[in-house]
Amino acid sequence: MGVRLILKNSVLTAVLSGEIDHHSAREIRTEIDSTAAKVKPETLILDFSAVRFMDSSGIGLIMGRCKLMQAWNGLVEIHNLPPNVERIVSLAGLESLCTIKRGTVDESAE
Amino acid sequence: MKALNEMELSFPSCSANEGFARAAVSAFVAQLDPTVDELCDIKTAVSEAVTNCIVHAYRSTIGIVYISCRIFENGRIVVKVRDKGCGIEDIEQAMQPMFTTAEGERAGLGFAVMESFTDRLHVSSRLGKGTSVILEKTIRRRPAENGQ
Repeated sequence: MGVRLILKNSVLTAVLSGEIDHHSAREIRTEIDSTAAKVKPETLILDFSAVRFMDSSGIGLIMGRCKLMQAWNGLVEIHNLPPNVERIVSLAGLESLCTIKRGTVDESAE
Repeated sequence: MKALNEMELSFPSCSANEGFARAAVSAFVAQLDPTVDELCDIKTAVSEAVTNCIVHAYRSTIGIVYISCRIFENGRIVVKVRDKGCGIEDIEQAMQPMFTTAEGERAGLGFAVMESFTDRLHVSSRLGKGTSVILEKTIRRRPAENGQ
């Protein structure tokens, strides 16, 4: 449960897993931000493929990371939303803040 | 109307209990044989209600969160999440999407999610006394299998 970070060619990928709620979001946020602030990546990818549950705390998490990345004109992409997570994300209308990639994206591919 | 089955639980408003609360309600309503989607809706709505108690009602203090869950005829579930926290000054404003009084990263979508993931949402509150959120959802009966 939590987050695994992969840095490659100025793209920081955060592979999220488990359940994202107000409790777990705090730890995930700290992990991502401490690395992102150091490397200032051009793009931050949030990969939700292994997320089993997410409530609106996850929306706050996404919005917060978008704000952080704006500090150096970086972009945020959201990948691999499971259907139940997608429902919450569409409710929030995040399209103006970040790019939501539909369909499966293999993070290990070049 | 008399409930066919019911349960109650109470726990301190520590954020570690958010996962426990939604898992407990989910385990209780599993007897109605809900679909994965229906179960996820209930878990999400309960998680939002409990998070509100922790983040808003009790803020930096620890109080008790009370949950009751009742099952009625035809698969109707009524979950009540109650606190004895600060109360909501303006319920209508609090229920507006994107409105939040909390500091930090709150999206202000708690009530919007509860509303969208249940059939009915009722909120009542008294300043300084606490807030009570009632979530209702009916689990659709699927064709009976194995001669149930």
